[in-house]
Amino acid sequence: MSTTTVTNDPALLQKVSAFIWAEADLLDGKNYDAWLALWLTEGYYTLPIGDGDDFDNMLNLCHDNDKMRRDRIARFQQGFSISSAPPAQTVRTLSRFVVTGVEGDEVKVRCAEHVIEDKFGRQRIWAANVFYTLVASGDGFKIRTKVVRLLNSEGMLNSFSYLF
Amino acid sequence: MTIAMQKFSDLDALYSEKATVATSMYEDPDLFKEEMERIFRRTWVWVAHASEIPEKGSFKLSTVGLEPVIVVRDRKGEVHVMVNRCRHRAATVCEVKKGKTSSFQCPYHGWGYGLDGSLRALPYPEQYGDDFSKEQHGLQRLRTESYAGMIFATFNEEIEPLEDFLGPVRKWIDLFMKQGGGFPVKVLGEHQFTVPMNWKVQLENTTDAYHFPVVHKSFMQSLDGETEEIFKFLDTGKGFVEDLGNGHSVMVMIPELIDLDDNLDAPIPERFLELAQELRDDGYPDDQVRKIVRAVGGAGFNLNLFPNVSFSLAFFRVLTPVNVEQTDIRHIAIGMDGGPAAANRMRMRLHEHFQGPMGFGSPDDAEVWERVQRGTKGGDALPILVNRGLVDEQPGADGPRGHISAETGMRAAYKMWKRMMSV
Repeated sequence: MSTTTVTNDPALLQKVSAFIWAEADLLDGKNYDAWLALWLTEGYYTLPIGDGDDFDNMLNLCHDNDKMRRDRIARFQQGFSISSAPPAQTVRTLSRFVVTGVEGDEVKVRCAEHVIEDKFGRQRIWAANVFYTLVASGDGFKIRTKVVRLLNSEGMLNSFSYLF
Repeated sequence: MTIAMQKFSDLDALYSEKATVATSMYEDPDLFKEEMERIFRRTWVWVAHASEIPEKGSFKLSTVGLEPVIVVRDRKGEVHVMVNRCRHRAATVCEVKKGKTSSFQCPYHGWGYGLDGSLRALPYPEQYGDDFSKEQHGLQRLRTESYAGMIFATFNEEIEPLEDFLGPVRKWIDLFMKQGGGFPVKVLGEHQFTVPMNWKVQLENTTDAYHFPVVHKSFMQSLDGETEEIFKFLDTGKGFVEDLGNGHSVMVMIPELIDLDDNLDAPIPERFLELAQELRDDGYPDDQVRKIVRAVGGAGFNLNLFPNVSFSLAFFRVLTPVNVEQTDIRHIAIGMDGGPAAANRMRMRLHEHFQGPMGFGSPDDAEVWERVQRGTKGGDALPILVNRGLVDEQPGADGPRGHISAETGMRAAYKMWKRMMSV
């Protein structure tokens, strides 16, 4: 997680914030087909366990390529998974955006994420540091990598019926 | 205490001759306390795999029932399991989950303990008088034994040796460990999640093939056709469940994968073709490629040990009771120590696919386990049935053997439960 120069470009900060908030809105709304369309095919969606960053060679909570992302969404949507039919409802906020690097059409940004989930009338709260690699595309971006580092990722968690 | 003893004197009412379980088995806090005392303090409890503490001074935190323990390898390579509690004023002497050290020091008053738990030094000892014995103030040690790298500990000094306790389980452990593919088995990481359920709900589940096509339909649908066929073990009906004594049982789902050294000439399944080619390109000879690739998919059975560990197809499942209605679950990923990185990568991706908080399988398991616990709030007098498969159970090699979907393994566990609760 080496960070290059922090960029203080208000216009860029506004642009990435708008993109990430829109993504958050899709995820809370479980609008997963639209979420899949945000990705570059070669992209990886990863929830690591612990501090490591050699995701291919370590055990993660998930480390999804294009196929796994699509299979995961299909599982949510087909209605045969008891944990996601119905899933927990979520309300999330993302903030504390820091653009950590810009290189060509690629922007690296990190931020904080808080998710509150509700199922069976029970609410649970989750916090994470999220690291994006975004690639400029049209007026917005596509996601190349998204790494969600949950607090206590190497401790006792619960099972999740939604995405972070 | 007398009242509690009387309360549980009728064990037949809790687990009946007709293989029914009383609702209170999942929700009575007094019964839970008794279980922690009579079962978890008196039998062999799995605490670690040897690869988790590979070097001298390596340690990890674990639990025996409710009690926090440290599992550590000393300078001579010997493994010790000790209660994580300073002998002075009870503070934990270690809160690092895993690591390497030369000693454990209490953060409160500085009492220092060696890797074998012996009290080495304490500040200003003279205030305890001349007759203070350091020998009698070491960390509380548990009896510790291991089989095939699986480390067990117990508070019970009188219990039979681990190998006798395991009995016929040993030959199944030997078979299970063949998924090292010619390399020693190594822990690659773990998924952890806590579930609002009694620990016995989990004890039952690893020996429950009946739920698989229902609860894991969405997982099955994410497989390629060839692999999906393998997981249709209820349709083929070739497998079985066998009671192995002492509460242990084995559930064979895919008989062709009991012994991974058999059928090595069989065609390599499509999902492993890419890995096989990668291994050949890395210079592995064909017979080794076949052995490794076959091992990557895991064994064809679940071996369920009483009371807290299971060898499940391709991983270890460990349960830790927290309270009567909460149980922590660990799904430990294993791979090949010194084996090809590509093979271990594939094992980890397969593990992530099914297991853990974000898996395609575990969250559905967790949901139905919680539903059991929620369901027991109603109909207190209704029995919970574990009598499935009694109709055609036959004597097996080591105990009663039933249909692949039989609840034979649960009955094995409950028989042992009853035996331990009655002494």
